[in-house]
Amino acid sequence: MDPTSTKTVPLEIHDLTVAYHNKPVLYGIDAVIPEGKLVGIIGPNGAGKSTLIKAIMGLVPIEAGWVKLFGSDRKSKLKRVAYVPQRESVDWDFPVNVLDVVLMGRYGKLGLIRRPSKEDRAIAWSCLEKVNLTPYADRQISNLSGGQQQRVFLARALAQESDLYLMDEPFAGVDAATEASIIELLHTLRAEGKTIMVVHHDLPTARNYFDMLMLLNMRLVGLGPTSEMFTYEKLQKTYGGRLTILSEVADAVRQTHS
Amino acid sequence: MMNLILPWDWQRVVIEPWTSGAEIYGWILLMGFLISATCGLIGNYLILRRMALIGDAISHSVLPGMAVAFLVTSGWKNAGDQLGATANLQEGLLHGWPILLGAILAGMVTSLLIELIHHRSRIKQDAAIGITFSTLFALGVVLISLFADKVDLDADCILHGEIAFIPLEPFLSVGGWAVAPLPVIQMLGVASLTVLGIGLFYKELLISSFDPGLAKATGIRVRWIHYGLMVWLSIVVVSAFESVGAILVIAMLILPGATASLLSQSLRTMLGISVVHALLSSLGGLHLAIWLDTSIAGSMVVAGSGLFMIAWFLSPTQGLLKQRGKAGAVG
Repeated sequence: MDPTSTKTVPLEIHDLTVAYHNKPVLYGIDAVIPEGKLVGIIGPNGAGKSTLIKAIMGLVPIEAGWVKLFGSDRKSKLKRVAYVPQRESVDWDFPVNVLDVVLMGRYGKLGLIRRPSKEDRAIAWSCLEKVNLTPYADRQISNLSGGQQQRVFLARALAQESDLYLMDEPFAGVDAATEASIIELLHTLRAEGKTIMVVHHDLPTARNYFDMLMLLNMRLVGLGPTSEMFTYEKLQKTYGGRLTILSEVADAVRQTHS
Repeated sequence: MMNLILPWDWQRVVIEPWTSGAEIYGWILLMGFLISATCGLIGNYLILRRMALIGDAISHSVLPGMAVAFLVTSGWKNAGDQLGATANLQEGLLHGWPILLGAILAGMVTSLLIELIHHRSRIKQDAAIGITFSTLFALGVVLISLFADKVDLDADCILHGEIAFIPLEPFLSVGGWAVAPLPVIQMLGVASLTVLGIGLFYKELLISSFDPGLAKATGIRVRWIHYGLMVWLSIVVVSAFESVGAILVIAMLILPGATASLLSQSLRTMLGISVVHALLSSLGGLHLAIWLDTSIAGSMVVAGSGLFMIAWFLSPTQGLLKQRGKAGAVG
């Protein structure tokens, strides 16, 4: 990859507005995400967290504003971004096995018509190793637990060998052990200088997991180091009147997602 | 009632089609297999993309496309006759490309309209499909009855074309040697190109069917794949249509793929199974039709449905037999 461009800001968003059926979902978002940070995107349901990620990926139309990746036009640098969608976004009855899905992470590096090479297979296999799924490589993907499915998506993102990772609720429906192993993986990625943005729902763990927090509720409430963002005032502003005490929000958030 | 069902005559039903009748039934069987296999291969992708009914829709809405093409070309033909141009050459052209082109356009319009209605309103895709194909089909009927005197095209003929007439179609001759009926040659070409296309674009079809979001992000043009598939579907439908009618086409877009999905959880194996399904249903259908002296295309579909039922019953993962066994074990 171009060595000069790796020094540039991975993600810059300016005045981003997104609407569904003429109703704004995100409004005037401005953000600059520095390199090598693990960023949590926090906010109540309907705050537009997933929409923000989809807008960055170009999966939903943008009403106004722009998104820059690695200092240039979004489209030209899309291949340096790996996206981990919500688990429900695909049909898990689809007739593919685990290794097939991870191999899809390599497709972006191949041209039209070209088939994955032995090397691509080796990379996919090593990504499966990183998420401890090699014993399941030949399994059809519906025969996996929720946590295993999430790890398949993660392995696929790793296979893309990207510099910016956008993850939409990678911890949803995942057991504690898997959550810990995913976090370890994210720390490894960060140590390699990758930038990771994670949509996250659990407030108490958010404090420990992330270097930076992006507080979102249709508008950007705050973006900065976790220590500065994780305050009563900021969180109250993000979650609105619903926040009386922190633990209550944490409980409520947990309940709505269990 | 019993008199309606002809007695099973081993000689007539099983032996003759392969001996004295081979000349005729061979072509019918080959045509049935080519159409069923081609439709089945594409059908796998339609089912995976939850677009199984789009095949049905396009099969109906190519009617106005063909009608318009007929109108336009019969206009050319009249002009041509007046100019005294070589009629024979034109005859061949008139019945080939313009009709195909009209049908492809109609297929495109169908898929575009469905998407437009689906995306620009709150109407769901199934309703959008229903609106689009019924409208276009009706438009086709109106056009044909309006210009009935000018158009030699019968809606009935398109929907219920008869595969039994395949051996009567003009043959392609090379050096005075009659090789095969023209529709069979055409279908062979379409089938080969379908296999080639799936082979070449296997990866693109797979990823855009499984996860369009990732496909888009990795730079694969999901829309192009979609419209490519729709155009190809229109070509397949029209090629099959002209000679065998709609029943076989519509059924075989779904049955082989659905049967395969019950028997395998690997796309490659599914594609293989749907070709086997196509072969068995053409073969079974042919003998069924000879036995009962009835519609061949219809019998092939009945045979295909029978195979589906067997797969449903015996499927290793989702079979009724297995579910029953499970329930029995629990109770």
